[in-house]
Amino acid sequence: MRHLMSPLDFTVEELDDLFDLANDIENNMPKYAHACDGKKLATCFYEPSTRTRLSFESAMLSLGGSVIGFSDAGSSSASKGESVSDTIRVISCFADICAMRHPKEGAPMVAASKSSIPVINAGDGGHQHPTQTLTDLLTIRSLKGNLRDFTIGLCGDLKFGRTVHSLIHALVRYPGIRFIFISPEELKVPDYITDMLKEKHIPYEEVIRLEEIMPRLDFLYMTRVQRERFFNEEDYVRLKDFYILNKEKMKLAKQDMLILHPLPRVNEISVEVDDDPRAAYFKQVQYGVYVRMALILTLLGIKTNV
Amino acid sequence: MLNVGKIEEGFVLDHIAAGKSLAIYHHLQLDKLDCTVAIIKNARSNKMGKKDILKVECDINTLDLDVLAFIDHNITVNVIKDGEIVDKKDLVLPKEIRNIIRCKNPRCITSIEQELPHVFVLSDEKKEIYRCKYCEEKYNERLQRYPWK
Repeated sequence: MRHLMSPLDFTVEELDDLFDLANDIENNMPKYAHACDGKKLATCFYEPSTRTRLSFESAMLSLGGSVIGFSDAGSSSASKGESVSDTIRVISCFADICAMRHPKEGAPMVAASKSSIPVINAGDGGHQHPTQTLTDLLTIRSLKGNLRDFTIGLCGDLKFGRTVHSLIHALVRYPGIRFIFISPEELKVPDYITDMLKEKHIPYEEVIRLEEIMPRLDFLYMTRVQRERFFNEEDYVRLKDFYILNKEKMKLAKQDMLILHPLPRVNEISVEVDDDPRAAYFKQVQYGVYVRMALILTLLGIKTNV
Repeated sequence: MLNVGKIEEGFVLDHIAAGKSLAIYHHLQLDKLDCTVAIIKNARSNKMGKKDILKVECDINTLDLDVLAFIDHNITVNVIKDGEIVDKKDLVLPKEIRNIIRCKNPRCITSIEQELPHVFVLSDEKKEIYRCKYCEEKYNERLQRYPWK
C-alpha cells in the first residue's frame, strides 16, 4: 500500500503517469464520474484549510465516491486527547483513503505508519504540502507543455514557505531549471536548500528587488507571508507587505510569463493583475482538483479503461 | 603518574573528548551494569592535548556501538581479552538513531505525542547531519551530542 507524504515519494516517471492521468481526467471528466463508486474519502483536518479540504472533497465527489471527515481538531477526538495513531486506526475502519492536514510536522507520517488505508499528507505545519506541489507541477506542465528548460522566480516568504521548499525539491529532478529567489533578507530560502542546489550544480540567484529580474522569468511563483508561521507578531507586520505584484511590474515581464500562487493571497498580487492573461493562479486551483483525482485513483489502485 | 590496573575482559574507550566521559558513562547505561568501571578524566594526550578514557570490565556485546558512534565517532574502541587488546572497533555513523536525542522543533508531532520514539535519520554522512524522521529538523551540532549531564 502506498501513501503520499512528500512529492519525492513518486519517481519522475510515476509523476509523468500521474500527470498524464490528470490531463486525461481534465479532457474526459464523464469517463471518471463513477470510477470511485462506493469508495469513501476521510478528510481529517486538524486545522482549518477550506481550500485544500474542498479540493479533496470535490475530487472524490467528481469520481463518484463519498466523503466523511472533520475540519478542525476541536470537532475531532483529538480534543479528548486521542493520538494520531489511534485516530487513523479508527478512520481505517470507516474509509478507503484518508487526506490528513495537521499543524504538527510529521503527523501524517505517524498516521501512515499505523494505517491500513492510503494516507495523503494534506499539509503538516511548515513541513510538506505534497498535493500543492503536484498541483504546481501539473499546472506548469500543462500550460508550458513540459517540465524542463525554464527560469522560475520564487518570491515572498522563502524561509517558512513550505510550498516553495517542496516545489524546489521537486523541480531539481528536471533538466534545465534555473531558480531566482526574491525575498527580503529575513525570509531568505534556507541554507540547506541553497547547499543542495550548489551540490547539484543547479543555477540560482538570490535578489531582493522583484523589478530587476522580471524580464528574465518564465514563471513567477508568488507566496503569501503567513501570519501562522511567525512566533513574533512584530516581524510579521514588518514583512507582510514587502512585495506587491501590480500592473506596473507586470509591464516588465515577458509576454508569455505565467504567474502562479498557491493561494490564498492577501495583497501580494494586486487584483488588477487578475485579468492579465498571464495570471494562472485560478487555473492552478482547477489543476489541483484534477491532480487530486488522479492521486486518489492511483493510491486506490483503480484503473479506468482509456 | 596515575596508575589504573589492567582489565582482563572488556573494552577501553580512548580519545574521548576531555570532560565528556561521564556523559558517555550515563548514556551507555554503564551505571546499570554490575561491573568495574574506571573513568579517567583529563589525561594527557599528544593528539588531543587532554582526553578522557573509560575502562569497562564486561562483555563487549553489552556496548551499543551505534550510540557511541553518534556521540563521537573519533572515539577509539579497544576490545580486551585476557588482558590484551584483541580488536579495535571502527565506529561508523549509524543510519538511524532512536531515542538518543530529542527533536527540539516545537512544531514536530513528537512535541505533543509523548509515546512516539524520537527517531533521527542520517541525511548527510559527509557533514554528519541527522534529521528528525518526522519533521526533518536538522541536528548536527557536535557539542549538543553530549546532551546528558
